[in-house]
Amino acid sequence: MPTRRARIPATKYPVERFTLDNGLRVVLTPDRSAPVIGVAVVYDVGIRSEPEGRTGFAHLFEHLMFQGSENLEKLAHFRHVQGAGGTFNGSTHLDYTDYYETLPSNALERALFLEADRMRGPRLTEENLRNQVDVVKEEIRVNVLNRPYGGFPWLTLPPVMFDTFPNAHDGYGSFDDLESATVGDAADFFRRYYASGNAVLAVSGDVDVAEATALIERHFGDVPARPAPERPDFTEPDLTAERRTSYTDKLAPLPAVAGAWRVPDPVTDFAGYLPYVVLAEVLTDGDASRLVERLVQRDRSVTSLGGYLGFMGDPFDVRDPTALLLQAHLPPGGDVDKVLRTIDEELDRLATDGLTEGELARTQARMATHLLRDTDAVLGRALGMAVLEQQRGEPGLMNELPRLVGEVTDEQVRAAAATLRPERRASIEVIAGGAR
Amino acid sequence: MSETVETGVRPLPALGPNRRLKLPQQAERTLGNGLTVIAVRRSAIPLVELRLWMPFGRTHLARGGMLAQTLLSGTETYTATQLAAELQKVGGGLSAGIDPDRLMLSGAGLVTGLDRMLELLADVLTGATYPADWVETERERLVDRIQVAQSQPAHLARTALLKRIYGRHPYAVQTPEPDQVRAVKPPVLRRLHAERVHPAGAVLVLVGDVQPEKALDAAERALSGWKGEGQPAELPPAPPLEPGPVLLVDRPGSVQSSLRIALPAVPRTHPDHAALQLANLLFGGYFSSRWVENIREDKGYTYGPHSLVEHSVAGSVLVAAAEVATEVTAPALLETMYELGRLAALPPKPDELEQARQYALGTLQLGMSTQAGLASLTSAYAGNGLRLDFLAEHAARLAAATVDDVAAAAARYLAPAQAVTVVLGDAERVADGLAALAPIRTESP
Repeated sequence: MPTRRARIPATKYPVERFTLDNGLRVVLTPDRSAPVIGVAVVYDVGIRSEPEGRTGFAHLFEHLMFQGSENLEKLAHFRHVQGAGGTFNGSTHLDYTDYYETLPSNALERALFLEADRMRGPRLTEENLRNQVDVVKEEIRVNVLNRPYGGFPWLTLPPVMFDTFPNAHDGYGSFDDLESATVGDAADFFRRYYASGNAVLAVSGDVDVAEATALIERHFGDVPARPAPERPDFTEPDLTAERRTSYTDKLAPLPAVAGAWRVPDPVTDFAGYLPYVVLAEVLTDGDASRLVERLVQRDRSVTSLGGYLGFMGDPFDVRDPTALLLQAHLPPGGDVDKVLRTIDEELDRLATDGLTEGELARTQARMATHLLRDTDAVLGRALGMAVLEQQRGEPGLMNELPRLVGEVTDEQVRAAAATLRPERRASIEVIAGGAR
Repeated sequence: MSETVETGVRPLPALGPNRRLKLPQQAERTLGNGLTVIAVRRSAIPLVELRLWMPFGRTHLARGGMLAQTLLSGTETYTATQLAAELQKVGGGLSAGIDPDRLMLSGAGLVTGLDRMLELLADVLTGATYPADWVETERERLVDRIQVAQSQPAHLARTALLKRIYGRHPYAVQTPEPDQVRAVKPPVLRRLHAERVHPAGAVLVLVGDVQPEKALDAAERALSGWKGEGQPAELPPAPPLEPGPVLLVDRPGSVQSSLRIALPAVPRTHPDHAALQLANLLFGGYFSSRWVENIREDKGYTYGPHSLVEHSVAGSVLVAAAEVATEVTAPALLETMYELGRLAALPPKPDELEQARQYALGTLQLGMSTQAGLASLTSAYAGNGLRLDFLAEHAARLAAATVDDVAAAAARYLAPAQAVTVVLGDAERVADGLAALAPIRTESP
């Protein structure tokens, strides 16, 4: 059968951008295919910016942003969003922290009011702080301490790969640091980072641009102007020698391993970065991918496998330094060294022989489906565009991604594979302390 | 009297008028072979979602699990790798999953590849070969996956709860033992496929940038050749809950306890369902519920408590779940029983009910606002004999439920005296505290 190359389709979500007098950047992306809206506020501060001795603070602070604000009592935010038929959340990333709601579109003004109110100032009290330290500790127990493979590899691999505190430390935080946090710390953190000039507001979905613009002016226009702080330099040199560590996870029944290699700067060298995004999929997306075929099916040396860009799986919302990661769970008694050697061998083969007929095109078609699917959710558009605006000044890139991914060439993927050498790799092995 | 105006206080903006629930354009056809096909239009992105729901109740647990694990392992035309590559070419993918009610094939792809995805789907349904080497690989992978699951507290708590709720019903055990999996050989899978992977009673849902009638035509072209009839396997009705001592399942060294509370519930079509859904929201079904505000936002015992009405073919059940710090296990259970009791004994406040009602109505809209959401909703409804029109009916019932209706539903279904409670945790540290609240029975997992 001749190779059929699927035409990569595109979305055409409109994009309106403007900046308020106080420096708040705004992105509107209307789409009236469903009577729902997404509202996202993204602050340019994340795990990398938290001070030494305050690991986990960016995330703890995110919790405090839900504890009441200038005109809202504790619990009011949740009740007002949900009482409007909506859902909400927030999340803390390496380079940003987001706050968001999905709502029926009749609640637009309410959502803007709620976000503006906490942008003017959260209610930071000792009681709320202690309560949320307890809640965050339970979150860490659920996601890290009380389960197998907790924090693997997103918390366990960065300290192997990086040397500086911003890049290497545990973003969930130590219990000691969390318990040491004070209301004063929180007030300082807010003043410094939660500035109108350091934020982006994005609204997507069933809105009229003129009406939404007027409402945004009304609610955010008098948020006091504060400039964005200067962003510190987080760069670190690439590895020149392999780094490898291991630890015992007493709950884990199977061995596991994750390896990472530094990749080009996702923002300043997007063209150089994109081939790595495609490479990760060529290697690991589905039964027809290279490493699944080799490691899972042929060698049976791993039982599950994943490959992605960014420690938090964030190819298009992270800045330098970041990495391509591969991670695998092994069968009982599996040999991690052998798995790493086989990965090296497969990367070498890809770099030397290139891709097979149609291999790249089918991977790109599948990536297009994933990218398009992510944009169907109204909130996916608001969040994605807010971060693209913040980090690149280019929210419309969301419409272009399927096409740009589709334009990556065989030669580029091959060249990317050639850089994933063992001497540039940081890896971490999980020893199965819970094996029976 | 002073004339000061409260300048610091800004009023909460009112909501605009409610948007009417608008159902998407759809079409349905039952093919000659008994397969029902439902196509729904949402054209916002050029993709199509696919869900094939096949009744699969009363299947041997390990064989069913292995069938789902190996259904895509190759056909008479393609190896597994070729099949995955052919799907990728049209931006597609398929995955198989199983539960005690159904076998499900799901996927999504570029809408231009719909015909091809259906062709490949048909190839799998009519020609899956279960090649021996693949089955062997996948058998070990499934065993590995089960071992990983068994090391997770959420899985262990769920397993204990199901066994406690369902006793001898087929729902009681939903994960096979590794040894049972190892005993499943290819001929058994081929036979099970021949006996049970049938179009009769199955429902295919296609949602996306399609003209519904044309999507039905495409499905008919591709899938009319899928044949096979068998006896539908009827599941017995789920048994009623039998309250008893708190079941404490020991997990030595656990830094949290997993609380699971099961309560009676009714199917979606039951006249009490809307009121029960609202009562559940008031209790623990959303963040702004009494339970979450109490044990998380006031006490800090837990991160993500939630309660949910779970619907299965043979019955429905309400399950409340929370992971709480080991040292506050008993206090957390105390607050849980208090909140259940308060709701069962006293009517809710009208504004509290309005808030829950708006949430229930609003999230219906949110759930329909993506292709994937519509596909999963349509499929879940169809598996239980309902269609999307039911949404409008349900919305009307939610809108009409009164404080009295919800209070009655809470008294009937959320009364703590009816609760079946399971706690997974470090028995040495939590048993005494729990025993002070209720009789307990301790087990090892």
